[in-house]
Amino acid sequence: MSANLSLLPLVIVPVAPLVGAIVAGLFGQQIGRANAHRITILGVLIAFVISAMTLNSVVNDGAHFSGTVYEWMNAGGLKMEVGFLIDGLTAMMMCVVTFVSLMVHVYTIGYMKEDPGYQRFFSYISLFTFSMLMLVMSNNFLQLFFGWEAVGLVSYLLIGFWFKKPTAIFANMKAFLVNRVGDFGFILGIGLIASYAHTLNYAEAFDAFTKVGGLATAGFGLGTDWLLITVTCICLFIGAMGKSAQFPLHVWLPDSMEGPTPISALIHAATMVTAGIFMVTRMSPLFELSDTALNFVLVIGSITALFMGFLGIIQNDIKRVVAYSTLSQLGYMTVALGLSAYPVAVFHLMTHAFFKALLFLAAGSVIMGMHHDQDIRNMGGLRKYMKITYWTSLIGSLALIGTPFFSGFYSKDSIIDAAHASHLPGASFAIFSVTAGVFVTAFYSFRMFFLVFHGKERFRDKPFPAELDGPEPELEEDDSHGEHGHAVAHATHDDHAHDAHGHGDHGHGHDDHDHTPHESPWVVTGPLIALAIPSAIIGFFTIKPMLFGGFFGSSIFYDSEKHPAMEELAKEFRGPFEMALGAFAQPTVYLAIAGVLLAYIMYIVRPSLSDTAAKIFSPLIKILDNKYYFDWFNENVLAAGARLLGRGLWKGGDQGLIDGLVVNGSARAVGAFAGVVRLIQTGHLYWYALVMILGVFGLLTWQLWPYLLSVAH
Amino acid sequence: MSEISLAHYLTLGGILFALSVVGIFLNRRNLIVLLMAIELMLLAVNMNFIAFSHYLPVAQDRMAGQVFVFFILTVAAAESAIGLAILVVLFRNRATIAADELDALKG
Repeated sequence: MSANLSLLPLVIVPVAPLVGAIVAGLFGQQIGRANAHRITILGVLIAFVISAMTLNSVVNDGAHFSGTVYEWMNAGGLKMEVGFLIDGLTAMMMCVVTFVSLMVHVYTIGYMKEDPGYQRFFSYISLFTFSMLMLVMSNNFLQLFFGWEAVGLVSYLLIGFWFKKPTAIFANMKAFLVNRVGDFGFILGIGLIASYAHTLNYAEAFDAFTKVGGLATAGFGLGTDWLLITVTCICLFIGAMGKSAQFPLHVWLPDSMEGPTPISALIHAATMVTAGIFMVTRMSPLFELSDTALNFVLVIGSITALFMGFLGIIQNDIKRVVAYSTLSQLGYMTVALGLSAYPVAVFHLMTHAFFKALLFLAAGSVIMGMHHDQDIRNMGGLRKYMKITYWTSLIGSLALIGTPFFSGFYSKDSIIDAAHASHLPGASFAIFSVTAGVFVTAFYSFRMFFLVFHGKERFRDKPFPAELDGPEPELEEDDSHGEHGHAVAHATHDDHAHDAHGHGDHGHGHDDHDHTPHESPWVVTGPLIALAIPSAIIGFFTIKPMLFGGFFGSSIFYDSEKHPAMEELAKEFRGPFEMALGAFAQPTVYLAIAGVLLAYIMYIVRPSLSDTAAKIFSPLIKILDNKYYFDWFNENVLAAGARLLGRGLWKGGDQGLIDGLVVNGSARAVGAFAGVVRLIQTGHLYWYALVMILGVFGLLTWQLWPYLLSVAH
Repeated sequence: MSEISLAHYLTLGGILFALSVVGIFLNRRNLIVLLMAIELMLLAVNMNFIAFSHYLPVAQDRMAGQVFVFFILTVAAAESAIGLAILVVLFRNRATIAADELDALKG
């Protein structure tokens, strides 16, 4: 049963995308556009196929792998190594990452085809796939941290992909800095583990901490050991807050939408942001030891789930609506973590990865169809023009709001049920948040859906000037520059587009003044369809094995006595079909339906109603418009405070103390001393002679003093 | 009045030496005076040599000190010759031999 997986294929999984990234990145100009996407897609395809085979053997044969691939160094008994730990959790993550990545790679061919940085983009997303795989496959904290930082780096590079756009540069710097805050907590947590457990290996560290945890709860009560585990878990979770954009470190995620849409789908919705969820799940043996930490997780998740959803209601940028819904859904996952329902969190992570990638790619398809206008108020009635995008978006939205039988329903409803089963003090707040969140999610999802695909066709008059959010300004700028071998690149890609795809309608650039939207090429719609299928059905087929069938086995640990959420869920579970039918007896489905209906009434039946509502709630909308003033607070208090401190240290510490007192001060002291001393250097010969004689006299007196005394007597 | 002893000679030598030191120090005008002071210093040393040698207990040893006086006088003469020659060259270059104005050592 428990056959071991062989090492070589596992090594190939992360290495194949890495090779693709290196070739496309370093030799992109030589091999050309088509070869750049061919090699990266091939690399990711290999990774996906092996991942799928691995998942298959993990599920069917109970295979697993745990061991060292390469030992980097051994410092003071602390082994630093590259190692893989492959079990149910890892295999599932590998499949999700490589599948979504593969879809995004294919999609990118269509989305980025006019961009001069085509090869660079493919190199980045392959590098991201490599980093993420290293992160999820790790069996030790060091490699986890490596992957963690590497995905952060690629995220930074990709948010600022259009590096001539000031907003993108601001956004990537913001993402980088906010993530530093989280990483600071994360590395503190790892440091605590390393110093306390004397190992970086997961299993050994968990063992060490489990012993300590048991000892502490039995004997010492509120002693330092108990505090240690709580502090460790909270530090680790702060890392997860940064990466998974939890309140109050969520501020970077909406801004990260400055990057190209494919990476919004890949990194900022489906995979990287779930790294925090994955990490906490991996650390479940630690988190189970501390109720305080779990409560912290629960409350943070609840706040994120509800309040970030509210922000989605007033956004007008299509990508930002989806971004805020991502924040809210990440909040749901975090709530599940706080409830000790780790399998549910990972289950939601998986379903969310599919439908959120789908929604983002669909949004990207809409943006392409709209000639890079992202304002949903300028859209409307696109259903006629973009049939495939319309239907796949509908599936994605239905999955997102938790319509019974769709995948999102199973994961989200499980989270709500788990909240009811928990005894933690924060659970009642969590129940309120996740239940209210259902209504909010349904409302903003379908507000966007109706505004984009239904109603009046507003794209002809464009009531709102297009914001500078797409790649359009960047492209114009690039055209005027004409560097980077841009003209050559254009020529090759044009040939390619005609020959390979026979897609005549590719000239939807900025010079095209026909504003009628059009359906995207097959490289865009293909991934949409491929993602729509799992978005719709995967929950139905996987809920039983993943949540209750012991799929995760020993990879996830929960203390079912103290945190009975999973037990309760298992008790109530009858089957996926029964669960969907039973949902109609629950209030959550009706909340979702109410949200959809409200959106329908406000934006389709009586559009004037939305203006009236905006007037009535204008103070509230002002707060939402400013994102609860978090950016203001960060900019004017934290950043300004840091700048003040920096200026103080610069002026006072650096210029005053170091430059002024130490460096220039010592020079001035030497100068002043020399100024006094040089007075005795007259340059007159007789003066030197006199000093010499006096010196000799003094020396002789000193040396001969005892003799002179004896002579005198 | 007692007999003239070694101490008297040494005191005379000391006074001569002190005078020459004062001569070096007080002289501001003329390098030649400086040279003369150095000569006087050497004479003070000579006075000590002769005094010491005169009072040596063994008679044959007494010549050694006096021979040294001739060596010193010879060296002093040579030194004066070189010193005066340098003075001449100095005067050609700087048109002065005033000690106060020769402060090139100060840089």
